[in-house]
Amino acid sequence: MTTVQTNDAATRYPEAAIEADSDVPAIHIWRDFAATPAQLFRAHTDPELYAQWIGPDGVGADITHWEARDGGSWSYTARGSDGREDFETSFRGCFHTVREDRIVQTFTWEGMPDGVSLETLTFEDLGDGRTRLHAVSLCDSFEGRDAWLRSGMEVGVNDGYATIDRLLAEGAL
Amino acid sequence: MTDQLSRVFAALADPTRRDMVARLTEGDHTVNDLAAPYDVSLQAVSKHLKVLEDAGLVTRTREAQRRPVHLEAEVFDLMTKWIERYRRQAEERFSRLDAVLARLQDDDNPSSTQPQEGTAS
Repeated sequence: MTTVQTNDAATRYPEAAIEADSDVPAIHIWRDFAATPAQLFRAHTDPELYAQWIGPDGVGADITHWEARDGGSWSYTARGSDGREDFETSFRGCFHTVREDRIVQTFTWEGMPDGVSLETLTFEDLGDGRTRLHAVSLCDSFEGRDAWLRSGMEVGVNDGYATIDRLLAEGAL
Repeated sequence: MTDQLSRVFAALADPTRRDMVARLTEGDHTVNDLAAPYDVSLQAVSKHLKVLEDAGLVTRTREAQRRPVHLEAEVFDLMTKWIERYRRQAEERFSRLDAVLARLQDDDNPSSTQPQEGTAS
């Protein structure tokens, strides 16, 4: 489907790398984690753990429905503040494949209720307790993909760093 | 502005146009220059250029006979910024995931950690 190389052993992704695919309306993200594939899988399928990192700015997400199995579905509401006013936004989708090394699910943002993307997450064991996440978001059109990328500009980017520092410090304990 | 950004993305969805833009980052080129490496007609190259022009990514000088093609770096930068903000947002999320995973490590190896207290402050 795509010519993007993901298995170059020399490449490291200590920070998220992103690529807008030129062949299909997809966004690729790569990121390496200091964790086993099983731990990364748990962080994506255990609703309590998922709520701790998916939501914006440490406020977290309110998981309203969660069945992490083939044919299951999910929804959550994220609440936060952009510094001036509070916002609330919801997402939902279906789990298609839930496997230790691979999660395939649909993803819809309530702000664009007719839009749906297909999310494929793979967890690649790099050895030494490290795992690479490769996330592909396949949208239904280039316009939809571009609107999705644009949403990255509109959701607060100004508030995150202090929170991350705090969470990282907590996690390092 | 967002309409323009959508056009920029659509324009760059094509590998040939991406390659043309990459070459224009090095400097202005004539249409003939630009067409040389590709196994397509000059007409096809002109069509690609028209898409890039409509997106505001390139301009062509009116007066000079050669009418060199010029990359509008500011527009190109806008798109790069767009992707970078999206990337940064993803990275914020993954930094939170790092913290969650670090706590899992501790749970999986309880002997190597000390009990956490007062983290709610």
